[in-house]
Amino acid sequence: MSHNNYNFIRPDIIADLSAEDFFTRAEGEPTRASYARTMLEIGEQNAKVVVLDADVSTSIGTNKFADKFPDRSFNFGVAEQNMFAAAAGMATTGLIPFATTYAVFASLRALDMVRNSIHYPRLNVKIAASHSGITPGPDGVTHQGQEDLSIMRAIANSTVIAPADADTTALAVVAAIAYDGPVYLSFTRDPVPKIFTPDYPFEIGKAVTVRDGSDATIFAIRDLTAHALVAAERLAGRGVDVRVIDCHTLKPLDVKSVLQAAEETGAIVTAENNIFFGGLGSAVAEVLVENHPVPMKRIGVRDTFAESGPYLDLLDKYGLSARHIVTAVEEVLERKKS
Amino acid sequence: MSQKTQPMSVDELEQMAAAIRCDIIEMICTAGAGHPGGSLSATDIVTALYFRLMRIDPANPRWPERDRFILSKGHACPVWYAALAERGFFDKSHLGTLRRMGSILQGHPDMNKVPGIDMTAGSLGHGLSVGIGMALAGRLLKSDYHVWVVIGDGESQEGSVWEAAMSGAKWKLDNLTAILDRNNLQNDAFVDELMPIEPLDDKWRAFGWNVVKIDGHDMSAIVTALEGAKAHKGAPTIVIAQTVKGKGVSYMENVCDWHGKAPCREEADKALDEIRRCSCEP
Repeated sequence: MSHNNYNFIRPDIIADLSAEDFFTRAEGEPTRASYARTMLEIGEQNAKVVVLDADVSTSIGTNKFADKFPDRSFNFGVAEQNMFAAAAGMATTGLIPFATTYAVFASLRALDMVRNSIHYPRLNVKIAASHSGITPGPDGVTHQGQEDLSIMRAIANSTVIAPADADTTALAVVAAIAYDGPVYLSFTRDPVPKIFTPDYPFEIGKAVTVRDGSDATIFAIRDLTAHALVAAERLAGRGVDVRVIDCHTLKPLDVKSVLQAAEETGAIVTAENNIFFGGLGSAVAEVLVENHPVPMKRIGVRDTFAESGPYLDLLDKYGLSARHIVTAVEEVLERKKS
Repeated sequence: MSQKTQPMSVDELEQMAAAIRCDIIEMICTAGAGHPGGSLSATDIVTALYFRLMRIDPANPRWPERDRFILSKGHACPVWYAALAERGFFDKSHLGTLRRMGSILQGHPDMNKVPGIDMTAGSLGHGLSVGIGMALAGRLLKSDYHVWVVIGDGESQEGSVWEAAMSGAKWKLDNLTAILDRNNLQNDAFVDELMPIEPLDDKWRAFGWNVVKIDGHDMSAIVTALEGAKAHKGAPTIVIAQTVKGKGVSYMENVCDWHGKAPCREEADKALDEIRRCSCEP
């Protein structure tokens, strides 16, 4: 097994990627927890940063920000519409509000406020959304934000970021603050493996090649980046050399990276824990169809709602785990040959 | 404190309100579309704010210490545009471009296009929440600006208005005043037939607000109520202003159809004539 084709992956986990039980063994953390921890540091550094909650601060962890910076923490109760519009009002004064709740509420319940009062006037509000995709496994469908990436991508002026692990979440939050305008940050409820090293070069809109390869490319986002890496390692065992790109920014999509992958590897799979309409798969397909069609396959939540269950079991049942990615790659490789 | 002009007397405010009503009719007639009824009902309130109450500087529309104004019932923006133009935020020639392609004056107000528009508006049930955010920010930033939000009575059917009401009381935002333009009509019908919202004063009081009820076309009462609201401490104030939809134009008054319809030239001339005659009366 060659390790020199990995970039920014923690050296201590590379050997484990090929293990069947990688996900149960790997050291993990929900990215919401990394967000909450990062906000504590940012609160020290930037007095303009305020955190808005809607009665799920103890779940997401922003209650710690409230403890440390009570003047800059505002809990709106179970009233997401009010919270997001108030965040817009705060942003007009130069504050940098992080409006924090679950993805279903940010992208659906309060979408009118998010569209008309935040994105249309392009106000500097950061939307911190946990429980994205079907990552709140046990909570069931009402709390599984399986459309947030698609919905937020459809809003003009939006920037949509879904980091893959704890350390890149911290980098994403810092980048979001440096960016002047609305940013949607999508986090996981369930723990995901810590896969990246701190030298990961996070830049909004720049996808990162985390494993080099020439036979096909997997574009993955958020929690499925780890699954794509595991899939790539399994494929390597079968003599297939796959590139894996962590597409942490869904919008603006790194078009150059997509076209380069199409030209150099000739086959593409996308992997997202998100409904497969309008998300990463759609975004990549739009670029390919108009510019450089190559065999392509999308991994995502099909036209269905999921159910309650352990996160990893749900991924497996709904076709989102490493073995599904492996099959998808094999399929595009077949089509590439013909 | 920068005001740049002397605050107007009640007489001067009434004259200005008439001028703004004429601007509204002219704008909407020229545009061929717009919302005259709710613009005319809010005219006296908006006039009192821009020419007497608010701390603003037309030469510096984003002055951080300025009072904020939000017209949450954004469809009534002709009154906002007219007041801003009369106050010198932009040239009056823009008023003739309402709703045109390329105009700064969109069908619903865009804060990034118009000097003096403090918040984009149009979708109902946002503005009071935005005002809550501005008021919280003012307190945090130790700035003593006041936030003024005009909401509609039809708009009060939006649940988010009551989310905002709860939060205003929780945080005791006495640096915020809501003014309810109680003109009794909404797009489809009379408010109290379509979806009753009374008793409004009891509701707002129960939500923890200081409630003042006035005749929303009595300029002296408006000024007194708004000054009182600004001075009130410990809770936000809502001024429930009883108004007449289409105020000042006989054939528009209390007629639902004039919520969102433009007068033709002949109708506009009749309206202008009525407004001018009325404002010249002693």
